[in-house]
This record gives sequence, structure tokens and C-alpha cells, in this order.
Amino acid sequence: MAEPAATRRPPTAAELEGIPLDEREAVIEVENLVTHYGDRKILKDVSLAVRQGEILVIMGGSGSGKSTLLNHLLGLLKPTSGTIRMLGKDITRISEREYTEIRKKLGVAFQGGALFSSMNLLDNIMLPLYEHTDLDRTTMEIMARMKMEVVSLSGFDRLMPAELSGGMIKRAALARAIVMDPRILFCDEPSAGLDPVVAAAIDDLILSLRAATGMSVVVVTHELESAFKIADRICVLDKGAVLTIASVPEVKANPDPRIQNLLNRRTEEEVLDPEEYLRRLTGESQS
Amino acid sequence: MTVDITSRGGARVAQLSGEVDLERSPAVRRALLDALGAKAPLVVDLSGVSYIDSSGIASLVEAYQTARKQGTAFVLCAVSPAALRVMQLARLDKVFDIRATLDDALAAV
Repeated sequence: MAEPAATRRPPTAAELEGIPLDEREAVIEVENLVTHYGDRKILKDVSLAVRQGEILVIMGGSGSGKSTLLNHLLGLLKPTSGTIRMLGKDITRISEREYTEIRKKLGVAFQGGALFSSMNLLDNIMLPLYEHTDLDRTTMEIMARMKMEVVSLSGFDRLMPAELSGGMIKRAALARAIVMDPRILFCDEPSAGLDPVVAAAIDDLILSLRAATGMSVVVVTHELESAFKIADRICVLDKGAVLTIASVPEVKANPDPRIQNLLNRRTEEEVLDPEEYLRRLTGESQS
Repeated sequence: MTVDITSRGGARVAQLSGEVDLERSPAVRRALLDALGAKAPLVVDLSGVSYIDSSGIASLVEAYQTARKQGTAFVLCAVSPAALRVMQLARLDKVFDIRATLDDALAAV
């Protein structure tokens, strides 16, 4: 029997070269995912796959369900129904202990950085190593400093999070996310709120990481320029449903007005139901 | 994963083989630091390494720094393209003395 993907050593970038995306093993497989917040259906039958060494960008407007989907992929939410296979294991049906083993192979760069304000930069970046390994402190420090070099934060070991700029926080979050050489890197709005030059540098960094390590990357963003630059494929979500999962040129050429509205930053004109609107204004729809 | 330490001329040769990852790199670190205790030039032959992660590379960095402090040569050889890419990302290819073959490395120490 083949060794499970979660325990097998990951393929290197060199080994993946020349293999078309569709022929690579899936590291994430989401099937028919449905989730609710109360009575409200947030994700409607979402299915997608992320392949080894692929950069998948999840896009959508506010309320499209992209953050909810990310939270499910990270095992932070339990779906109403459907499956999420991560490195070959359905994380909706495994024990906490099994999930911890999977979690060690995932890196997450949270939108706001999620750095601990009481810890300096080096300790923040070393945190996953402290939590999940028994490595010698010197090894951990060298690993963290290697990642700081990768994200151009070399020499800033002792800085506290409050002393960092927005771009530095994003890069620190990336360094912490990759400190354990994850199989899959998740980035939540990695370039949001940054000036164009710094945002482009983050995009380049993500591309370099993938090229050097062969890791798969899932990026949630609403930054079109960034998505077009880094994505192998884009998954467009709208009102909790997948509109398309396709390459950048295919998404750009897609005639669906909801996709074109998103790409052209147009708001979708809401069909007004006067009675429903009146109920909303008077608060009756809340009761 | 195994680490074989042998002597070749006046140098020590550490031959690593298998996968060097978070679980196995502590053994590599200990073996390299022990080998450096002989105060002889150390060549680390990576030709048998199928995979090395950041913890393995960090062990090489620590061993190299230890060698420099004690004034002994430290050379890597037969670094795989995959390992080299990871080293290049952190610009470690500009730090280590990397040679193509064991013979090249032994000639350099």
C-alpha cells in the first residue's frame, strides 16, 4: 500500500518540474462543502483541489465566503457537510491528535500577522519550532534567521512587533509560516494594505518560495494584480459558491458577468424587492 | 538516515545519506559537531542525501561556524539541485564552500 501523503517526504521543486498540474497529486481536495452560520448557508457545495506545487488564489468580493473557506481549510471550522482531504486525510473526520500532525505540515500567514506583541521578531518566528519540535535552540535560531533572510528581515531579531511597518509584519508572518518548511502555505490577504512596491515584493517572495521548495500555496486575496501575477489557477467565489476555477487567462476571458464585475471592480446591481426593502428599513426582517 | 564519519588523508569525511528532516537533523548536528572535535578539516558529502530540510541546513550552518571558529576547513560536496535551491533562497550558497565532488572537496581542504 502506498505511504500516506502526510508522512511521505514532499516532492522537491525540481522533481515537480515538467509535470503538468493536472497530473500532480492533490494536496487538498474539497468535495461538496456546505456550511451554515445559523440558518444562513455560507458555503454552497464548494469543491476544489490544490495540486503539489500549485499556487491557487481564492478570490471573491466581501461576503463571498472566501474567509470562511480558508477557515475550513485550516480546520478552524466544522462544515455542515462535505469533506476536506488535506495531504490525504479528511480533516473533518480525524481526531485532534491526527490533525495536529497534519497541522505541522501547514504554514499560515495570517492577514494581520498574528505576531505576539510581547515577543521579539526572532522568538515570534521560532514559535512553531518551539511548539512542534525538540530541536536544539541554536538550530531553531539558525532556521528562523534563514527565513528572516529569505523575507529580507535579516538583522531585525530583537525588534518588537510594535516597531514593525505593515510590510515588515506581512513578511514576518510569512517567515513564521515557512519556518517549518510546510507542504502547504496559506496566505490570507498577503499584500492587502501595502503600497504597490512592497506588495509586488511579497508576490515575488511567494513565487520564489514555491520555485525553491515546491510547496503548494493557497492565497486568499481581493488584490487583482497580485492574483494575476502569482496564480496558477484562480478560484472565484460568489455568494458562497464556486463560479470558476481556471487559469488566469481563462478567468479573464470568462463571460460570466459576476466574474467580469469582480475583475472590473464593478458592483453588482442588486435587484430591489420593494417589500423586502421596506421590511429591512423598518426592522421587520430581523424578527 | 545515516552519517558515516571516515578519515581520508588528513581530513575527516562525513557521508550523509537518506532524508535529513526535523526528526533526523539532531543526529546529523551531533555527528558533525563530534567530528569537528578532531580539529581536522571536515568534508560533508551530501551525495547520498535524498532530501534535506531547513533544520538539516541549519545543522550544516552551525557546524560550519564551529569549524571557522576553530580554524578548520569545512567543505560541502555533491549538493543536490533541490538542496542548492533552498540554500540559494537564503543566500547560503554564497556562504558555504561547495564543491562538485568528494575528490574536489578533498583537494580543497
